[in-house]
Amino acid sequence: MTNSFSEFKKAKMFLIIGSNMTQAHPVASTFVKNSVQKGAKLIVVDPRKHKLTDFADIHVPIKVGSDIAFLNSLIHVIIDEKLYDKDFVTSKTENFEELKQKVKAYPPETCAKICGIKTSLVYEVARALAKVKPVMLCYTLGITEHTCGTNNVVSIANLQMLLGNLGVECGGVNPLRGQNNVQGACDMGALPNVFPGYQTVVDKSCRKKFETFWKVKTLPSENGLMIPEMMEGLVDGKVRGFYIFGENLANTEPDIKKVEHELSSAQFLVVQDIFLNETTVFADVVLPAAAWSENDGTFTNSERRVSRVRTASKAPGEAKPNWWIFKEIAKRMGHEWSSSSAKEIWDDECSIIAPAFTGIKYSRIEEDGLQWPCSDENHMGTKFLHKDGYFTKGKGSFIHVDWTPPAEIPDKKYPLVLSTGRRLYHYHTRTQTGRCEGLNDLLGEETADISLKDAKTFKIDHGETILVSSRRGKVEVKANITDEVPEGMVWMAFHFRKNNANWLTNPAFDPITLTAEYKACAVRIDKLL
Amino acid sequence: MPDHKMLIDSREVTFKPGMTILEVAKNNGIKIPTLCHLKDATPTGTCKICVVEVNGEKDLVPACSTPAKKKMTVQTNSKRTIKSRRTTIELMITSGNHNCGVSGKSNGNWTDFQMKAIQYENSDELCPVWGDCKLQELAYQYQAKMDRSDSIWKSDSPELINPLIIRDFSRCIKCGRCVQACNEIQVNKAIDYSYKENDIKIITPGDKPLVDSDCVFCGECVQACPVGALVEKKSKDKWRPFNSKKIRTTCPYCGVGCQQLLHVSKGQIVRITGVEKAEPNKGRLCVKGRFGYDFIYSKERLKTPLIKDKGHFRKASWDEALDLVVKKFKEIIAEDGPGALAGVSCARSINEDSYQMQKLFRSVFKTNNIDHCART
Ligand code: SF4
Ligand code: SF4
Ligand code: SF4
Ligand code: FES
Repeated sequence: MTNSFSEFKKAKMFLIIGSNMTQAHPVASTFVKNSVQKGAKLIVVDPRKHKLTDFADIHVPIKVGSDIAFLNSLIHVIIDEKLYDKDFVTSKTENFEELKQKVKAYPPETCAKICGIKTSLVYEVARALAKVKPVMLCYTLGITEHTCGTNNVVSIANLQMLLGNLGVECGGVNPLRGQNNVQGACDMGALPNVFPGYQTVVDKSCRKKFETFWKVKTLPSENGLMIPEMMEGLVDGKVRGFYIFGENLANTEPDIKKVEHELSSAQFLVVQDIFLNETTVFADVVLPAAAWSENDGTFTNSERRVSRVRTASKAPGEAKPNWWIFKEIAKRMGHEWSSSSAKEIWDDECSIIAPAFTGIKYSRIEEDGLQWPCSDENHMGTKFLHKDGYFTKGKGSFIHVDWTPPAEIPDKKYPLVLSTGRRLYHYHTRTQTGRCEGLNDLLGEETADISLKDAKTFKIDHGETILVSSRRGKVEVKANITDEVPEGMVWMAFHFRKNNANWLTNPAFDPITLTAEYKACAVRIDKLL
Repeated sequence: MPDHKMLIDSREVTFKPGMTILEVAKNNGIKIPTLCHLKDATPTGTCKICVVEVNGEKDLVPACSTPAKKKMTVQTNSKRTIKSRRTTIELMITSGNHNCGVSGKSNGNWTDFQMKAIQYENSDELCPVWGDCKLQELAYQYQAKMDRSDSIWKSDSPELINPLIIRDFSRCIKCGRCVQACNEIQVNKAIDYSYKENDIKIITPGDKPLVDSDCVFCGECVQACPVGALVEKKSKDKWRPFNSKKIRTTCPYCGVGCQQLLHVSKGQIVRITGVEKAEPNKGRLCVKGRFGYDFIYSKERLKTPLIKDKGHFRKASWDEALDLVVKKFKEIIAEDGPGALAGVSCARSINEDSYQMQKLFRSVFKTNNIDHCART
């Protein structure tokens, strides 16, 4: 997030795209609702009529995967009607002329058709956005889990720059992170192209810096593989040893059949986790790890805030902190690492080697955490980025992107779109929430959410067990007839193994981030015979 | 600039227009007791615990909902206010199942009574929030006294059918904090007041149990309830304020990163509440953050390293397991180079773990094949 949660309560207007916040980020949504109750405006762009739309001034029910068409047509209207922030555009950005020329191809009349909405709605939203300043834009995986995910994000940035909503309090581009420490894992360099603090591995001077700091000779100079590439590498033998820490890939990745084939092809698989799960089945060695609240450490939330995690109880049996396990392996390979607690790892390594975290030390985050960038130990952290429109690379650059449809679109055989996500009462594959008393009582099984219209067309009753199938697999699941989903959509989560949506999802990826298109694939629904 | 000044307990204080007497007092370090008042919500003025005396006003006024005015003279601790508060407290106690904190009229010694209460109540009946109850605290502070026979309370059986939350209206003092918490803080709109037969009750639409309502089990109402009318089911009988310590931490579920207080008793988390005023959540939690902790105590937790032998896992020591991992990885590196290894880190675990894992891959194995599910 460029901005902070604490700004929600002061925001004047929200544009929320592809984020079912009341279920996926419940506490964040309470601040949005508070603000709306006090008069802030709320525009929700989402195929589903989820809970937050009850609070919205405008709900734009665009078709799954038509985000760029919609955003480009907003940009078209805003430029056409000269509603953009001329000062900001002239002084803080570049490439405006090119954007202006290219979005001519996105008149509301055409886009409305792609998006399945009324043309007037495009004008209404464009004008509403231009009237209030600043507008806080939030999005979640509805934007990124597409083959055009990167482009979706780019066009969101285009819109906010055009409106001059960057670098100000209560504005910005705000992706709410899915998992508690996705932000942290990225910050720490658990990515194939960057060291901690986003220092690139292909850059010689960055490598030099880490070689000195880690006291090693020659660090690898090429970008590594991303998860989907690793998985494919398992099958063709390019990747022989695979080490999975804490992810239940067998349930979370698209197309379970394919994933399980890949995992079973691994020559040597190490899984480090707190429970046996669908992924450990394929493991050669399983290492028992300490869980949350069984060791000290830090998490970094969506707003870049590094907060403390503390020990409350002992890990069971011989389970060990993850950092200890990695250190032991390094030792066995001849590398003695000096840090021997999470605090030492953070204070003596992470915060020293990554400039953005220099000012963050355990002693400073006893209570509220600090938001990076935090350059020295007197710095109070950064609430919002790009203050006064100063971007890391000088000027903010407009990059025009074209709309592309999802990789798999409905056809005669598979006439509906399957979109997936999380529900309130569980988390991911339930390895945790499924073992918490009470949560299974609140949600004990998966459903396929369908519209009343489709229920009628396919003669399906509420609660009836149906068959949902795609080109990759099929699941039996109870139908849940709801006005939340539009006609033509089936919506499911991936919390339960048996009828996990990932038996069906399409392993088609964004070409840059290799994020899978969880939000759209073609399916059919049938009555059971 | 007009001067906004008033007198509280003979002290001259300034205020900004729109502030309530309570806010002005608080800003100046003057304590007024409250019960129904809930931070960040519209004051309802229902409990009348915060009453103060204002010169020129015939009746006492609630400080939480009365705006400060220029030249107002306020007394927060006059005899009259104290007496009024005590009467209010006594009335609350007699109209509910609050035998915990009541001293008999004849029995003068409060401390003895409080000490004994816990012994003579059997633990099932002892109010689950004994020792952490706003009413009990006030009754003690204001030395409320009455005979048990004064009680006008009629039995009301608790609602036990919900997962996670017990509602026991026999202890409800109708302060309305839960309603404010649900409607104004979390904005879930699951509960409201009902006025029937001269009685106020907190209900869901149709007076159904929470589980059959719009309730999303965030538990904000439980955290807001000053007495034992709303309690966490999993914590009952395990949590007591006097035998648990509080540890602050960060929620392990979503990217909001809410700050939690873990209430730990006998080495186990027995209850979780939100850290008031903390960034980013200001005391709020959702159902997962509040109730999703007991997985760590599951019997199915992995307790030793496992090695697969002829298709089956067997227990192994750390040395054996780690030696095997290292041996295999070394072999692979020797045969096909470090690029034949790949690792996936965990987006749920702490920063320090991800740091170590990428350090292991980069500086020891010598490959950048390290990733995590950043995008899901
Ligand atoms: S648990 Fe949450 S949603 Fe349910 S009644 Fe209480 S405050 Fe409302
Ligand atoms: S349930 Fe608790 S918070 Fe709600 S009115 Fe009763 S005493 Fe007050
Ligand atoms: S309490 Fe709920 S909203 Fe807050 S971090 Fe945990 S899961 Fe997210
Ligand atoms: S706190 Fe003021 S009336 Fe209850």
